[in-house]
Amino acid sequence: MDLNYSPEEQAFKLEVREFLRTNYPKDIKEKVAKGVALKKSDYVTWQKILYKKGWVAPSWPEQYGGTGWSPVQKYIFEEECAAANCLRLVSFGLVMIGPVLLEFGTEEQKQKYLPDILKSDVWWAQGYSEPNAGSDLASLQTRAENKGDHYLLNGTKTWTTHGHYADMIFVLARTSQEDRKQKGISFLLVDMKDPGVSVEPIITVDGMHVVNQVFFDEIKVPIENIVGKEGEGWTIAKYLLQHERTNIAQVPRSKKQIERLKALAEKEQCNGKPLLEDTNFRRKIAEVEVELMALEMTNLRVLSKLSAGEPPGSASSLLKVKGTEVQQAITALLMEAVAYYGFPYDKNVMLDGWQEDPIGPEEAIFLAPHYFDWRKTSIYGGSNEIQKNIMAKAVLGL
Amino acid sequence: MNLEFSEEMNMLQDMLNKFLHNEYSFEQRQTLSRQGIGYSEDNWQQFAEMGLLGVPFDEQYGGFGFGQAGLIVVMEAIGKGLIVEPYLASIVLAGQLVQQAGSEAQKRTLLEPLIGGGLKLAFAYVERQSRYNLADVVCKAVKRGNQFCIRGSKSVVFNAETADKIIVCVRTSGESISQAGISLFIVDKGSKGLSTRDYETVDGLRASEVHFDGVMVDESSLIGELDNAYDAIQTVIDSASAAICAEGVGVITQLRDKTVEYLKTRKQFGQPLSRFQVLQHRCVDMFMHEEQMRSLAYLAAIKVTSDDASESAKSVSSAKVYLADARTIVAEQAAQLHGGIGVTDELDVAHYVKRLTMLNTLFGDRDFHLQRLCSL
Ligand SMILES: Cc1cc2nc3c(=O)[nH]c(=O)nc-3n(C[C@H](O)[C@H](O)[C@H](O)COP(=O)(O)OP(=O)(O)OC[C@H]3O[C@@H](n4cnc5c(N)ncnc54)[C@H](O)[C@@H]3O)c2cc1C
Repeated sequence: MDLNYSPEEQAFKLEVREFLRTNYPKDIKEKVAKGVALKKSDYVTWQKILYKKGWVAPSWPEQYGGTGWSPVQKYIFEEECAAANCLRLVSFGLVMIGPVLLEFGTEEQKQKYLPDILKSDVWWAQGYSEPNAGSDLASLQTRAENKGDHYLLNGTKTWTTHGHYADMIFVLARTSQEDRKQKGISFLLVDMKDPGVSVEPIITVDGMHVVNQVFFDEIKVPIENIVGKEGEGWTIAKYLLQHERTNIAQVPRSKKQIERLKALAEKEQCNGKPLLEDTNFRRKIAEVEVELMALEMTNLRVLSKLSAGEPPGSASSLLKVKGTEVQQAITALLMEAVAYYGFPYDKNVMLDGWQEDPIGPEEAIFLAPHYFDWRKTSIYGGSNEIQKNIMAKAVLGL
Repeated sequence: MNLEFSEEMNMLQDMLNKFLHNEYSFEQRQTLSRQGIGYSEDNWQQFAEMGLLGVPFDEQYGGFGFGQAGLIVVMEAIGKGLIVEPYLASIVLAGQLVQQAGSEAQKRTLLEPLIGGGLKLAFAYVERQSRYNLADVVCKAVKRGNQFCIRGSKSVVFNAETADKIIVCVRTSGESISQAGISLFIVDKGSKGLSTRDYETVDGLRASEVHFDGVMVDESSLIGELDNAYDAIQTVIDSASAAICAEGVGVITQLRDKTVEYLKTRKQFGQPLSRFQVLQHRCVDMFMHEEQMRSLAYLAAIKVTSDDASESAKSVSSAKVYLADARTIVAEQAAQLHGGIGVTDELDVAHYVKRLTMLNTLFGDRDFHLQRLCSL
């Protein structure tokens, strides 16, 4: 066991750091540091910079634009990005549909879609969940009838993140009724510009518009837009859900947030002294740090197995549950740090930052909305209850 | 011993429940919260007619004399309906401060219009650096002839926007963070040198930053003794803390009720979610917390007026610690168990969650009250 980076890894770390220092746009950095909502153009700008450098898709094979990095290098990259307050690239193209096409897509599909995903020229959305199919995804009702040269698509998807930005959506739809609900599901690529697609915003607890309900009305999806074979969508859906789950713990991001919490507590006053010197508050930070330290080591152990060629297995469930718990605990402490300044709310400031003197500490206004919004992380991506069910079954054999 | 409500309290409760049912749907609340002043002046006048504004005040000043017991009945309803009208700011805080510390003349001139709905007050006690320490007062008043000149800023003053007068605690002598040397003044909102910056709060209410830039007030504006206001402030903040514990009971009741109902109707994996034992246990945890919270809120209501200061403080801080724990046991779980719709703006659940969370911050968080309990 050796926790130290090798000289090559160390050199790589410095290279990444230097690149981020000179290339990551200051205005985006500032927004991320404060918690201001990001715009589509922010994501596109940064992704294009990474694309030019060739660092946009660490998990892809090199021939399709990947980096050829080892798991440790990927982790180093993630660490440096978090430390530099980089925005997290949108995952629907790079981490979801991209790898699916690489694994199950035809050569034509790869040629057609992958380059635009890398360049962020085409935005994708994930059409899995439905109003009546959340945790029980396989009970989905959206129908696609095979009409020879096309599928006729009808139904609705919900909680669609970035549905209002997306050019394309990958959709799980029922192409036949079978004895088991996991059978008869197909994986389709649908053009969001089709006139039969409509998008209704869903406003979340923080007052922001990120998710949507998407309706499909008599859409003709070209037959070649199926990924894999008809009726094999469930296998693909599961592949996607398990793929690239090592980032799921978000350890580097949480470390950065703890740093931010400490800086804030250093500035806030409690009985005439910095809040950071308050034993009670210190203890709460320490408690999260203990959990995070364990999580980081667990994550590294998983990475080490991956490097040795072993599959991550259900480790991703553990990383997801513990990772989200840590993140949520930090959002709560950030909110607690500013005491009464958690109260002020202003949607315009959430969107564009302060245009006038801030009320209280500059970042305070974002903290309660973020705490409320971050509750979503234990709900989506397979809820934490579902992850525990998976571990109970797959790991413990219960 | 009798732990049941009196006949009068039951009538008050019935009246409030009827009002919530007939005139205060969640949609109406949201509309009010997001428009204009953030609440309805008509509702306020109706509260006056219903007698709600006189609940905690002595009969000799036109109140009902229901005291803290009356307050818990009103505040529980405020929690249930997520009521946005400025009851806490104007009646529980500022009004009670007048009753607690004001002169006979002040009580006569202020309480009657307050109870009648013609006058609204706010109480400015938080400062940028003060956190929850009521003695950490920097905003100053300096004597000039037979007047005082107030200079400084107050933070997160609830409903200052529509208050006619603001009661402000200021330092008139002594070191910052000393309990001695704090005084209360009542200041007209329109006074020269007084300005406010008004905003919405994350839980759908209104508050302001209030700036005093050399505001001149007469000696007659002093409430209570010069330099000696700390005890009165502490007393009223404790009463208000006990009151928001009752508000919390109302919010918790709603969240438990709505979550249980949701689990019974929402089906996944071919069965109602309520069949999953892990979710049942979370609901039971909510229920147990609700009952214990109710007990502590009632206890605080009884003890807060006790002559034994440490008895009073103990009951209030205990209830407040429990209210803080409701964030993880009730608010976070209610959102979690609702799944995606639990984090949407459209559903009432998220708004109850927000209020319950912010009640932890109001008048001191969990750490603050645990620390206070340790020091008693
Ligand atoms: C902000 C946000 C963004 C999202 N983005 C997308 C997106 O882009 N694309 C997409 O397809 N989906 C997206 N989702 C949907 C997300 O995947 C679902 O919300 C999630 O699968 C849970 O489903 P549900 O909301 O229907 O909750 P439900 O499945 O109804 O669950 C409600 C509660 O019951 C619990 N529960 C359910 N089944 C069990 C069980 N068997 N045992 C124990 N407990 C159980 C759950 O854990 C949860 O606490 C998003 C959701 C959110 C909140």
